[in-house]
Amino acid sequence: MSKIYKNQIFIPMTALLILLLFNLIADPSFFKITMGLNSAGNPVLSGYLMTVLDNGSELAILAIGMTLVTAASGGQDISVGAAIAIAGSTLLRVLCGTNTRPDTLRTPIFVAFLISCLVAMAFGAFNGVLVAIFKIQPMVATLILYTAGRSIAAWINNNELPIISDPKFSYYGGFIPGIPIPTPVFIAAAMVILITLVLKFTNLGLYTQAVGINESSSRLNGLNPVFIKWLTFVILGLCVAVAALIKVSRLSSINYSVIAKDIEMDAILAVALGGNALSGGKFNMAASVIGAFVIQLLTTTLFKFNVPSDALPAYKAVVVIMLVVFSAPVVRDRMSVLFKKLSAESRKEAA
Amino acid sequence: MSKLSQKFKNMTDTSLLLTITILVFFLMYIGAIVFQGKGFLKPQTFFNILNENAALIILSCGMSTVMIAGGIDISVGGVTALISMCCAVYLDFKGGNVLVSMLIAIGIGLAYGLVQGFLVAYLDIQPFIVSLAGMFFARGMTTIVNTNPFNVQNESFVALKNTRIIVPGLGSVNKKGIYVDAYVEIGVIIALLVVLIMFCILRWTKLGRSFYAVGGNKQSALMLGINVKRTKFMSHIICSLLAGIGGYVYFLHVGSGAATHAQGAEMNAIASSIIGGTMLTGGVGNIIGTFFGVLSLRTIQNIVASAGLDQAWWTGITIAAMLCLFLVIQSVVMARKKMSVKK
Amino acid sequence: MADKALLTMRGIDKFFPGVKALMGVDFTLRKGEIHALMGENGAGKSTLIKVLTGVYTKDAGTIELDGNDVNIRSPQDAQHAGISTVYQEITLCPNLSVAENMYIGRSDAVLQNWKKMNEGADKLLRSLDIPAQATQQLGSCSIAVQQMVAIARAVDMECKVLILDEPTSSLDEQEVQKLFKLMRELKGRGVGIIFVTHFLDQVYEVCDRITVLRDGKLVGEYEIKDLPRLQLVSKMLGKELDDLSDINTDKEGETVDRTSEPVFEAEGLSSTEGIKPFDFNIRKGEVNGFTGLLGSGRSECVRAIFGADRVVSGTVKKNGKTVKIQKPIDAMKNGIGYLPEDRKVDGIIGDLSVRENIILALQVMKGFFKPFTKAEANAFADEYIKALSIKTASADTPIKSLSGGNQQKVILARWLLTHPDYLILDEPTRGIDVGTKVDIQKLVLKLASEGMSITFISSETDEMLRTCSRLIVMRDRRVVGELTGEDLTQNKIMSTIAGGEEKNE
Repeated sequence: MSKIYKNQIFIPMTALLILLLFNLIADPSFFKITMGLNSAGNPVLSGYLMTVLDNGSELAILAIGMTLVTAASGGQDISVGAAIAIAGSTLLRVLCGTNTRPDTLRTPIFVAFLISCLVAMAFGAFNGVLVAIFKIQPMVATLILYTAGRSIAAWINNNELPIISDPKFSYYGGFIPGIPIPTPVFIAAAMVILITLVLKFTNLGLYTQAVGINESSSRLNGLNPVFIKWLTFVILGLCVAVAALIKVSRLSSINYSVIAKDIEMDAILAVALGGNALSGGKFNMAASVIGAFVIQLLTTTLFKFNVPSDALPAYKAVVVIMLVVFSAPVVRDRMSVLFKKLSAESRKEAA
Repeated sequence: MSKLSQKFKNMTDTSLLLTITILVFFLMYIGAIVFQGKGFLKPQTFFNILNENAALIILSCGMSTVMIAGGIDISVGGVTALISMCCAVYLDFKGGNVLVSMLIAIGIGLAYGLVQGFLVAYLDIQPFIVSLAGMFFARGMTTIVNTNPFNVQNESFVALKNTRIIVPGLGSVNKKGIYVDAYVEIGVIIALLVVLIMFCILRWTKLGRSFYAVGGNKQSALMLGINVKRTKFMSHIICSLLAGIGGYVYFLHVGSGAATHAQGAEMNAIASSIIGGTMLTGGVGNIIGTFFGVLSLRTIQNIVASAGLDQAWWTGITIAAMLCLFLVIQSVVMARKKMSVKK
Repeated sequence: MADKALLTMRGIDKFFPGVKALMGVDFTLRKGEIHALMGENGAGKSTLIKVLTGVYTKDAGTIELDGNDVNIRSPQDAQHAGISTVYQEITLCPNLSVAENMYIGRSDAVLQNWKKMNEGADKLLRSLDIPAQATQQLGSCSIAVQQMVAIARAVDMECKVLILDEPTSSLDEQEVQKLFKLMRELKGRGVGIIFVTHFLDQVYEVCDRITVLRDGKLVGEYEIKDLPRLQLVSKMLGKELDDLSDINTDKEGETVDRTSEPVFEAEGLSSTEGIKPFDFNIRKGEVNGFTGLLGSGRSECVRAIFGADRVVSGTVKKNGKTVKIQKPIDAMKNGIGYLPEDRKVDGIIGDLSVRENIILALQVMKGFFKPFTKAEANAFADEYIKALSIKTASADTPIKSLSGGNQQKVILARWLLTHPDYLILDEPTRGIDVGTKVDIQKLVLKLASEGMSITFISSETDEMLRTCSRLIVMRDRRVVGELTGEDLTQNKIMSTIAGGEEKNE
C-alpha cells in the first residue's frame, strides 16, 4: 500500500478516479459512447469520454515538453499558447501562400508542418537563450513571447484568416475516413511513445533531472547545464508545433486571439497535478500525461454542467492555488507537525 | 573622460538606469517631432498620451514597487477588468452611486493584495504562480459577473467621466482657427498624485527603503533587522491596492465593462517598469523612471503607428521588442559597472 | 584578574541530530580586548558564534553580559543586547547607500530623517577614517570599505561586543591594515572584539588573547605572549609537538618512480578564484596532498586543475603533451576525477537514486545517446555498493537519505567507475565517521599501488601523513613549500604552515 502511495502516478490517478466517480454519481450518461456518422458520412465514436481523449491530446503533448522545461529550469513556459498561434499561422501561411482561400494546397502538408516545427523550435530557442544564458526567470522570459506571440501570428498572415478547403488537412484534428477514433488521439499516442523511446534510449531524463536538482554538481560531472536547459525549451517548441497542427486542423483555419487560449495554464496544471515539483528536479512523464487528461476531464465536466468557457479559468485558478498551497514546504511542515500532535494526542487519549 | 567614467561609477544603480530612461524618452520624443511632423509638438498630443495611460501609470507604479521588493504580479490586468465589470454592473444594474463603486474597486484591490501577499510572503510560494492564478481567476470571475460588454449609463458617473481639467496656456488653434484648450482627465491627476506619493514612500520612508533592501538581498535585509516577510507582504498590498485604483481610473476612462478590458495590461506595466529602470532581479528602480517608462512605451507606439504600421499587432511586437532591448541594456550596463568596481 | 569580564559563556552545549557540535564550552571576553577564536574546520567556532548571535539556540549553558544573564533567541535580540556581528560575506545591501545600510532596520519610525542620518553617517565615517561617503551606493565601494561600513553600523549601535567572523579573507594587505587600525581604535573605546580568522599572522598582529576550540570542546584560553604560533597550530590540530608515534614509516605502495615522466603537470596555473600561479606535477602511482589551513587556497588549486573554476593562466600537460582543460568534461576526458570539497553543494544530486549518482560521471563521458541499460547500471551500482560497502536500503534509494559517510562513498564510487588516471579527493573524510575515514584512506593507498595517481586533501594532518608521499604546503593562496621523505613530520608541516620566522620555537 505504501508503495502505491509513494508512486507519483498515485496523485493524478486518484484525481482521475474522483472525477470519474463524481460523474458516475451525478450523471452516468457521461460514460455513454455512441457510434454515429459525422458530417462527412464517416462512422465515428462520440460521447463525453471521447471528447476528453480527443481534446486532451494537445494538452498531453504540451505537458510532455512542459515537464522537461520544468524539470531542468525550475520554471514554466507561459508562452505556449501564443507559440501555438505562431506555429499554426506559419503552417497556414506555407500551405496557402498569399491566397487565403486556396483550392489546392501550395505545399505538401508534411513540408508545411516541418517548417512550422522549425519556426516553433526557433521561438523555443529564443526563450531558452533568455532563460539559460541571460538567467532570466523562465516565466518572466516567456512573458515576452506571451504578449508578442499572437501579434506575431497575426502579422505572419497579414491578419487574414486563411481557410483550407482540402479535406485531407482536416484529418489531423478530426477523423481519417474509416477510422472511428479521432486522429489527435493517435498523434498524442505517437508523441507519448516517441518521448518514451527518447527517455529510454538517450540520457535526456537523467541530464534534465540532474541539472534541475543540482546545477553546480551537474557541471562538475561534465554536464553543460546551459545547453540542457536550452534544449528543453527547443523540445517544448517541437511539442508546440505538433499541438498547433492539431489545433489548426480542427478548424481548418485560425483565430489568432482565441486559438489555444489559456492552454499554458492547463499545461502547467497538468505538470503540477502529475505530482512533479514546479521548482524542478525529478519528474514522471507518465504522471504528467495522465495529469493532462485529468485536466481535460475537469474541463469537460465543467462544460457539461454548463459553465461557460470564459469562466473556466476562475475554477482552474482555484485548483492551481490549492495545489501549490498544499505542496508548499511551509504548509507541508506545518501539516506534519499538526499530524504528529494529533496522533500523539489520540494516543494519549487511548492510554 | 576619466572624470565622466568616475561619475558613472559613483552613480547609484537606480539613478544610472533612470538617467538612461529619461534620455531615451527625450531622444525619442524629439525624434518623433523631427521625423513625424508637428503633431507631436502640440501639448495636447502629450496630454493625450497621459489621458490614455493614466491607469497604466498607476498600475506600473504598483508593479515597480513589487518588482523592487523582488516579486512580480501579473494579475493587475485581470484585476482591472474585474473592477471595471463589477463597478459597471453595480452602477447600471443595481443603480449604485459613484462613491460606493470606488470603494468596491479599492476593496477588490485590497482583497487581492491580502491573498496574494499572504501566499507569497508567508507561504513562500513563487509570486509568479500565485499571480498567474490570480490573473486567470480575475478573468474568469469577470465573465461570471457578466458575460457581455456594455457601456455604463449612470448619469453621475458619466458626468465624472467627462470632466475635463483645462490646462491653462497650453491650448492650440485648430484647423478652423478656433482656440482649443488643452485638457487632462481626472485620472491623470490621480495618476500624478500616485506617482508623487509612491515616489516619496519609496525614497524616504522606512518601508520604502526596506523594499529596496529586501529586493537587493533578502538575507542581508534579515541580518539588518528588517522583517522580510512583512515587507514582501506590504509590497503586494501596495501593488494590488494601486491595481484597484488604477482599475477604477481605467474604468473611468473607458466607461464600460468587458471581459477583454486591459488585456495585456500586466505586460505593459512590467515593460514600463523595466524600461523605467526597474531591475527584474529586484532592489533597483525608481517611480519617476517608471513614469517615463510608460511615456516612452506609448511614444514609440505612436511613432510606429504614425509611420504607417498601424495594425493592431504592431503594439504587442513593439512592446516585446522594447522590453527585450531594455533587458539587454540593463544586463550590459550592470555587468560593465560591476567590472569597473572590481578593478 | 584586573580586567573586567564583559561577556562570559559557561558550559555551552549545542547538539544537532547525530552531532555534538559544542560540549561544555567556556568563553570569556574582557572589556577592550581583541580575542581570537581559533580552531580548524568543524571545531565549533561558527556554532559558538551562532549561539551567541541568536541564530542557534543553545541546549545548555549560560551567557552573561556585563554581569547580567541574557537570553538571546534571535539576531535582533543580540543586536538589542549590544552584540553585533560582521560576517565574512557582506551582509549589507549593496543597492542601498552607505548611510541607509548603517541605519536601516534600527528604528520603528515610519518616516526617517535621511538628511540627519546622512550627516550622522558622514561624521562617523570620518571619525573612523573610513573612505566612503554617506550617500554613495554601497556596491560601488571596495569590499574592505563595505566591511568597515558594517563595522561602523555596529559601532553606531553602541555595541559592547563586536564579532568579526573572518572579515579579512577577501581583503588585501593594505585593506587589512585599515581594518586593524579600526579594530584598535574600537578596542581603545572599550569594545570587546571577538576575531575569527584563519590567518595566523593577523592573530599575532592584533589579538591580546586566544581561545582554541577543537572537536566542539574547549582546548584552552591563552595570553598571546604565552602561545607561540607553532604551539597554536599544534593545539588547533590536536597534535603534541613531538608526537611522532603515529607517523607511518613503512608506507605501503610506495612504488613511485621519481625519475619517470609526470602523468600530469601544470605550470603557472591560476584561476578566477584568486590563487597565485602555481606549478604542480604528479607521477604514476603517487599520492600527494595540498596542505594548509582552511582558506589557504588548497581547494582552489585542485579546482583549477579540474577546470571547475575558470582558469586564467597556465598550461596543463598529460604525459608530456599539452592538453586543454577549460571545463570539467575536458578534465574527465583526460582521465581526471574530482571529488569536491562541499559534498552537498557540489557533489551529490540529492533527489536522484544511489544508482544514478554512481553512474552519472561515466554516463556523461559515454555520451548522450548511449545510456546504460538498466542491467548495466544495476551491475555497476551493485558492484560498487559491495566494493565500498555502502550502506543503503537499495540502489534506488535517493542519495540524500544516506548518511554523510555513505554519500561520500557514492561520490567516490562515481569517480572510481570512470577509472581515472588521476583522482583528486578534496576533503573526502570531512564530517564522516571514523570507520569510513579509515576505509577511505586504505582505499587511497590501494588505488595508488595499482597505479592511480591521487591528490588527497584533508584538514587532518595525520591522515595526510599516513597517505601522502609528498605534501605541497600552502599559505595565503600561495604555495610556500613542498615536503617529501624525511620532512614529512607534524613538526615540519606545522612550522611550514605557520611561516618561517618562528621555526625554532
